[in-house]
Amino acid sequence: MTRVFSLVTLAFFASVPLWLKDPYLLNALITTGIFIIGAMSMNLLLGFTGQLSLGHIAFFGIGAYVSALTSLGYDVPIVGDFHIVHTPWPPIAGFALAVVISGLCGYLVGKLSFRVRGAYFVIVTISFAEVVRLVALNWVELTQGPLALTNIPSITIGLPYLGYLTLKTKLQNYYLVLAVAAVAYFLISRLVHSHYGRAMRGLMENETLAVSVGIDVTKALTLTAIISAAIAGAAGSLYAHYIRIIDPEVFAFISTVTMVIMVVSGGKGSLAGPVVGGVIFGLLPVLLRPVMAPEAQWITYGLVLIAILFVLPRGIVPALAPKLGFGRQPVKPKPVVVTELTAKEHA
Amino acid sequence: MTETVLRIEHVGVQFGGLVAISDMNFDVGQGEIVSLIGPNGAGKTTAFNVMTGFLAPTKGAVKYCGRDLRGLKPHEIADLGLIRTFQRTSVFPNDTVFDNVLIGLHRQSKLGLLAAILRLPGARASELAVRERAAELVRLVGLEARSHELAGSLSYGEQRLVGVALALAAQPKMLLMDEPVSGMNASETHTFVQLIRRIRDSGVTILLVEHDMPMVMSVSDRIVVLNYGRIIAEGPPEEIRTNPAVIEAYLGQSAKDVVKEVAAHA
Ligand SMILES: Nc1ncnc2c1ncn2[C@@H]1O[C@H](COP(=O)(O)OP(=O)(O)O)[C@@H](O)[C@H]1O
Ligand SMILES: [Mg+2]
Repeated sequence: MTRVFSLVTLAFFASVPLWLKDPYLLNALITTGIFIIGAMSMNLLLGFTGQLSLGHIAFFGIGAYVSALTSLGYDVPIVGDFHIVHTPWPPIAGFALAVVISGLCGYLVGKLSFRVRGAYFVIVTISFAEVVRLVALNWVELTQGPLALTNIPSITIGLPYLGYLTLKTKLQNYYLVLAVAAVAYFLISRLVHSHYGRAMRGLMENETLAVSVGIDVTKALTLTAIISAAIAGAAGSLYAHYIRIIDPEVFAFISTVTMVIMVVSGGKGSLAGPVVGGVIFGLLPVLLRPVMAPEAQWITYGLVLIAILFVLPRGIVPALAPKLGFGRQPVKPKPVVVTELTAKEHA
Repeated sequence: MTETVLRIEHVGVQFGGLVAISDMNFDVGQGEIVSLIGPNGAGKTTAFNVMTGFLAPTKGAVKYCGRDLRGLKPHEIADLGLIRTFQRTSVFPNDTVFDNVLIGLHRQSKLGLLAAILRLPGARASELAVRERAAELVRLVGLEARSHELAGSLSYGEQRLVGVALALAAQPKMLLMDEPVSGMNASETHTFVQLIRRIRDSGVTILLVEHDMPMVMSVSDRIVVLNYGRIIAEGPPEEIRTNPAVIEAYLGQSAKDVVKEVAAHA
């Protein structure tokens, strides 16, 4: 049932360019799609392990810069006459490198912060994002700083029988983003349904118990952080090659907030949540723009968010899915007797 | 005695100024059922926390199968096959009973990340084996009728059984159970005693903390009695039953005085 529904949804998204010819809306769908990939990666951490990465945009931005620089090339002086010179590689190599480097950053941030979790992870990720933004802003020889990296080439892919295809048009980029989003969704779905996913659920629900049956918390969380960051990096790479110009603004905190809104409104911990929340909050500004003054747009945006969270505090998908016959049953709350021993057994 | 599985060597635990365990010293042999008893606050749960790495002892050492457990994290100790259950009910409340046991079987799924995600050959077989084992464990603790209900919605007695199934899922060589029958009625307790025997007969060594004296007396090979963080008696049930120090610890000083008084007035 769930699989059929996923395929129908995919087919629906694939059909959109066939009946939606407006380039302005198609553009909005592409950037929304890219951010939905980012939101899906954030949901993997937030929804399935309970860890809030409030600097999640860092992994996205690193992916964007790595991919852009790999395909543009650079010549950076290090000390004296010693330069690091890189001649341009194909953008697809940039994409691959973006995934790897972002994943590596996820590993580092995870290793640093998962010994102590919760608030500590939130702080480490925010700080990490700010540091990376400052590097992008100030390492002018590499990143051009606020002048931005421009003329980033579009992605070229090799297709069997068709030869090489450079994805320049909106239509082509729409399908590229859709394909990457589908792969990311599939990977996350497989992951959370594997025994690794069960370990993550266990940690989130009752960490003490999970540890007592041999689940390695640090390892499970770090692994999740790597995969989450790698997917965010892939989204960043798509962004760089689609927009074709990036500056340190890609690290803006508001982008992380947008992803949080997408995840929380759609329903964290549900696979489809970030997609539903993403479509709503990705397209809402675009739909409001022609009909409202800018101030009114943001107020409406905020009101819609509040309304959703007020009516459906767990998010849209977890609230509606059981009614439609999918997913797990809602949790029957059970009075939990907290004895004095609670603290002790956590000690 | 047979080969020693668990050796508690001069373990002491202090919380600030409070001495929870002063000097604990005892062994558990392969295949034994040993009970650790004592009044509330005697330090039994604290002892379990030390044995399973949730708490570092202030002094002394825990050796399991000859290996010093000092410095090992709880999940590493679990990996060695030393598994515990918890005094307060502890389940994954938002998962079904079956999924609870599946989570407990995590250690048994040796599948690599890539194999799991790409469902490489072997992944399906491994997943099937794990599911089969989960069903078996649910049956073993007698919860097959509840298999697809959320663990958090079960009665306390049933949740304790989920806890035991989870612990068994982690494939213990030795199982520590902290007051497993509290919250169970008489017939549930009776069934549980049979379960404990069956677990032992399958080769698992058992250390039990329990307040239900008739149960402890009937199921234990040996009993270790703890009072105020100190072992005051150790021996087979029939010896413990008549041990004056134990009776005093359990009835308390005041009760003893009452007994004396009554005797004096008689
Ligand atoms: N984390 C802790 N911090 C402070 N005191 C504790 C802690 N854990 C246990 N204690 C104290 O240690 C003593 C032994 O507790 P516990 O091991 O839970 O006893 P039992 O399980 O035998 O009832 C009690 O006095 C208890 O209050
Ligand atoms: Mg206790």
